[in-house]
Amino acid sequence: MNGASAANSPASPVPLDREFLLGLYGKMVLIREFEERVKFLFLEGTMPGTIHQCQGQEATATGVCAALRADDWITSTFRGHGHALAKGLTVQEMLDELFGATTGCCKGKGGSMHMGNMAKGMVPGIAIVAGGIPLAAGMALAFKMQRTTQVVACFFGDGAVAEGAFHEGVNMAAIWDLPVIFVCENNLYGASTRIDKVMKNPRVSARAAAYGFQGETVDGNDVLAVYAAAQRAAEACRNGQGPVLLELLTYRRTGHSRRDACHYQAKDEREAWFSRDPITRFATQLLARRDITQADLDAIKARIDTQIAQSVELAKQAPQPTLADLTTDVFA
Amino acid sequence: MPEITYREAIRHALAEELERDANVVIMGEEVAQFNGAYKVTEGLLAKFGPKRIVDTPITEAGFIGTGIGASMLGLRPVMELMFWSFYSVAFDQILNNAANVRYMSGGLINCPIVIRGPANGGTNVGATHSHTPENVLANHPGVKVVVPATAYDAKGLLKSAIRDNDPVFFLENTILYGEKGEVPTAEYLIPLGLADVKRQGRDLTIVTYGRSVIHSLAAAEVLHKEHGVLVEVVDLRSIRPLDIDTVLKSVAKTHRVLIVEEQKPFASVGSQLAYMIQREAFDELDAPIHRVATVDAPAIYSPPVEVEQLPNPQRVIKAALEMLG
Repeated sequence: MNGASAANSPASPVPLDREFLLGLYGKMVLIREFEERVKFLFLEGTMPGTIHQCQGQEATATGVCAALRADDWITSTFRGHGHALAKGLTVQEMLDELFGATTGCCKGKGGSMHMGNMAKGMVPGIAIVAGGIPLAAGMALAFKMQRTTQVVACFFGDGAVAEGAFHEGVNMAAIWDLPVIFVCENNLYGASTRIDKVMKNPRVSARAAAYGFQGETVDGNDVLAVYAAAQRAAEACRNGQGPVLLELLTYRRTGHSRRDACHYQAKDEREAWFSRDPITRFATQLLARRDITQADLDAIKARIDTQIAQSVELAKQAPQPTLADLTTDVFA
Repeated sequence: MPEITYREAIRHALAEELERDANVVIMGEEVAQFNGAYKVTEGLLAKFGPKRIVDTPITEAGFIGTGIGASMLGLRPVMELMFWSFYSVAFDQILNNAANVRYMSGGLINCPIVIRGPANGGTNVGATHSHTPENVLANHPGVKVVVPATAYDAKGLLKSAIRDNDPVFFLENTILYGEKGEVPTAEYLIPLGLADVKRQGRDLTIVTYGRSVIHSLAAAEVLHKEHGVLVEVVDLRSIRPLDIDTVLKSVAKTHRVLIVEEQKPFASVGSQLAYMIQREAFDELDAPIHRVATVDAPAIYSPPVEVEQLPNPQRVIKAALEMLG
């Protein structure tokens, strides 16, 4: 299995502050429960459009965004719910957006694949594969020209690596030493196609060397390993030693999109990855500490379940746009 | 008033806006050290330095995307395409990202990027380097499209484009770069979306833009002197926003419309104009709307045939006389 050795590496030690760790745990649970609830809403037919979900990949968004400052930025993709929650968008503004309401983060004009909030440091999801990679380079160019120490984390999947925009955007960031953390969430499948069919060299991080900068492969189901790698990458970027390519090995527990039942994932492969589920693993690590109990974790989940349930009810009642809203926000 | 070339007018606009706003940067293939493929940016590197005038790799999707990202966070990049024909390799960035980010974000994002460069045929470079994509670009709500015909217009429109908070696509013309025109030394701006009546008349309205304005003015002169026909020439200057009011005023005066455009005719800018004119001024028309466009084939290499493929004064005169026949 590609990357199995890294994904099997022992869990990182947990030397960090209790509240911080519980915060990471809560964020991952929030993403998981949000996605599960959204899936249910789609299946029951109350939510429009399509969805691309990230159950199983919670540690990548959570670990990377935990290493960012509030004034740092991210770009995301069609699979962006986890990134948005990790960057601080609220459950309410996201559910409102998914229901197409004017109170959504994009006023009901973006939808699932284009969620963002400029006030939270997230541009709308760039839903064309690899399309956000040159944009991230440009955002980092703006930081460099404005002499700030901000960085941009650019999320994309393994499927983006074969796109021309990956090559072009990464090369631009490389030649100008731009502060971009290129975050490849390698979940082994581009839609339904396994990466060994489409990559002669399946080690995505190795591509960084071709452009002259650092790449690293990390266990993307270990939130602390992701956090540590992202911290190192952010530090390098702030010191003018960017960009950095992080390949985070992870696994998608659901289909590529709404109508994909995911039959192409082999049973033994699924089971192997499910045994390394990022939330279960992290819970085990946390419970090894004397100051964290199962009751603490249960309380977090209960709080999140209540929050999501309340937000769903509000979102279902949220105001819908009218035909007059259709033609606003087209021009400045 | 001093006479300068179309090229110099664009350069002066760039220099003035670079001077005025530290967020303005110029990026593109060989815009800095080589002074631009058509020397539009000559001398700007020496004056403003390599952080403001930036050479990029040959990577249109990469550098256009980079410019869009930078514009979303406060820079005002002016990107040079060596030819607008190369827009096709940056299509996703131009028409998915630049055109849509404001809307998809619910109006939260500005995208103040200018993409400029030449878009024209007539230089015997064949099908891949002769595209005039203003109709394709203008089909996307959220973008502005400007096609200046004179040095004066080029300068005033480009300065407005750089200050605009929407993506503005500025289509120049290699054949016009050396053309001189009167340009005042004092600063001026021309608002986007304002047509200009370049010649007054009463018998026929020619609606046109870009280099076809020059052909239409030459034709109007001949039509006046040799045929006693008074042609009004309306230069759109901006395709989107489109100043349909100025067009309709002229139609109400002449009751005959000839559209002249360096565009393939199928689903062209002229097609849209003809729809709008008949919809708004059907009762004013004394004849069907007529059109001189690029002959509907890929741009031919053959120099003598390419002249006939594109609008030219003779084709305009012939079409005008048919209408007045």
